[in-house]
Amino acid sequence: MNYNVNEKGYYGEFGGAYIPEMLYPNVEELRQNYLKVMAEPDFKTEFNQLLKDYVGRPSPLYYAKRLSETYNTKIYLKREDLNHTGAHKINNTIGQILMANRLGKTRIIAETGAGQHGVATATVCALMGLECIVYMGEIDIARQAPNVARMKMLGATVVPALSGSRTLKDATNEAIRDWINNPVNTHYIIGSAIGPHPYPDMVTRFQSVISEEIKWQLKEQEGRENPDYVVACIGGGSNAAGTYYHYLHEEDVKIIAVEAAGLGVDSGESAATSVLGKEGIIHGCKTLLMQTNDGQITEPYSISAGLDYPGVGPMHAHLCKTGRAEFMAITDNDAMHAGLKLCELEGIIPAIESSHALAIFEQKAFKSDDVVVVSLSGRGDKDLQNYIDYFKI
Amino acid sequence: MNRIQSKLQENKKLLSIYFTAGYPNIDDTVSIIQDLEHHGVDLIEIGLPFSDPLADGPTIQASSTQALKNGMTTEVLFNQLKDIRKSVEIPLIIMGYFNPMFQYGVEAFCKKCQDIGIDGLIIPDLPVDVYHEKYQAIFEKYGLINVFLITPQTSDERIRYIDSVSNGFIYMVSSASTTGAQSGFGNEQTQYFERIGNMNLKNPQIVGFGISNHKTFSQATQYAKGAIIGSAFVKHVTNNNLNTIGEFVKAIKTSDS
Repeated sequence: MNYNVNEKGYYGEFGGAYIPEMLYPNVEELRQNYLKVMAEPDFKTEFNQLLKDYVGRPSPLYYAKRLSETYNTKIYLKREDLNHTGAHKINNTIGQILMANRLGKTRIIAETGAGQHGVATATVCALMGLECIVYMGEIDIARQAPNVARMKMLGATVVPALSGSRTLKDATNEAIRDWINNPVNTHYIIGSAIGPHPYPDMVTRFQSVISEEIKWQLKEQEGRENPDYVVACIGGGSNAAGTYYHYLHEEDVKIIAVEAAGLGVDSGESAATSVLGKEGIIHGCKTLLMQTNDGQITEPYSISAGLDYPGVGPMHAHLCKTGRAEFMAITDNDAMHAGLKLCELEGIIPAIESSHALAIFEQKAFKSDDVVVVSLSGRGDKDLQNYIDYFKI
Repeated sequence: MNRIQSKLQENKKLLSIYFTAGYPNIDDTVSIIQDLEHHGVDLIEIGLPFSDPLADGPTIQASSTQALKNGMTTEVLFNQLKDIRKSVEIPLIIMGYFNPMFQYGVEAFCKKCQDIGIDGLIIPDLPVDVYHEKYQAIFEKYGLINVFLITPQTSDERIRYIDSVSNGFIYMVSSASTTGAQSGFGNEQTQYFERIGNMNLKNPQIVGFGISNHKTFSQATQYAKGAIIGSAFVKHVTNNNLNTIGEFVKAIKTSDS
């Protein structure tokens, strides 16, 4: 079984480029060039240099001793939360800003939900001196004020998405509409492993530095490159894609994908796409998505803005359908308590997204000699108000 | 011959009107179609509303959102249209995004269109290569014409490909934009219209996006077989009583408005 994208842009039956003709030249330009550009020695040098000196990579692979003792298994945390800007998102924006440079683009657009990808995009635009426009749902702007301020300080223009439900899905629609209206000078930095081909593959490759590092870091600490499990939370699925990438075809490594169950998978307030979704088309690709019987895309819910997306990337849809990955769903409540537990046991305040991945240890038993690597995709500073409100701190 | 193909052979410039089904009210669909035919419109595009209309500007987005709130679904639309051929002869095209059709089942959708007397489809996010590979045979089996878009950025090579796959008309998007009215066409557009005109394509072209009044309609049809008005019509039915559709159409067709 092949879990990578094929030459037509599909992962099994998922993926492709279902885009209006207006976007075809942009997407086609990218498709024709992305692998070539990424293979250029100059590009690689610059990308790796920035990851090292600017982002602070490699991020540590930390053996969480007290957490491991609590669950009687060996838990390693891949510390993406220690990256510049506080999450894995910057790996991709560094890659894409260099790509945009190579393609001669002078104007950058992005969508953002909680604001992490928006901040990571505004950051690299400041670094390169490029114009940056970030689309963000009006409702998200109201509930993520600190990240809005960060983007503004970094010189970005934050444009409220006023259509539809005024959250991430609609911010993405608005960014796509902007791209339609600015077809020549603009590059769209998509923040997750979604969108028309080649985006899911390109974003996955930029994020694959995560599993590339895990391999040699685990070799140093455990004497083997392959853990028994790799675990990551999934909204669109970019940190998961990067965490799995170099293990996709390693059959002894089990893959666990953790979705947000919200108030419960059957509650009507959930973002567990693998359970609630059906095959369909969203934002330019064929994948699993939450929709009505009539094919209208519905609103997901999760306490975590980063997992609050009605679809998953096409690679993940394929991993789900083929059974390569085990999908688990974690409720708001279980995630919040897992987050608090990490604070108490390890002195790390995780992003609520990452807390979902940590919560699986309450649901699933691992063997005492299992090595489980969990992607700690982001830090919890941005979620402080949420934690305060939830636990009445 | 399909009604669209017959209409394209008439020796006149064609006016095509788009409206969103289920807007302003859920049950306006049939009367809007009858009125448009009665007032001399040549083609009608019935918009099947979608929650996430990527290629549309604010006017059609808002009408789609409202239509969905009003209860419009694929099934409701098909029910409203089941007897439409008893009252009108005008070519009818359903314009909508791919996901609702995909959920209905592409073959079931096409069959239903044929049963009702729909003549063609416009699906902005179904790319020509996917259509060609997977769906063309189904569309042809049910006698449906699929209409593709081209833009000022579309390469000559791709336009030739689209022309070869098309068997009705080519939807010539006037500029790089989402739907919605502009004030008029400049040099850039007229050069693009001329470039396409000089390619001697087998399919005639109908211009859409940015046509809103008599002036832009006349400009566009200097270079093309016809023009499509969408957002401007949706705006009109938003702001005016539905019994003024005749006045809207007359104003497009005559210069003294």
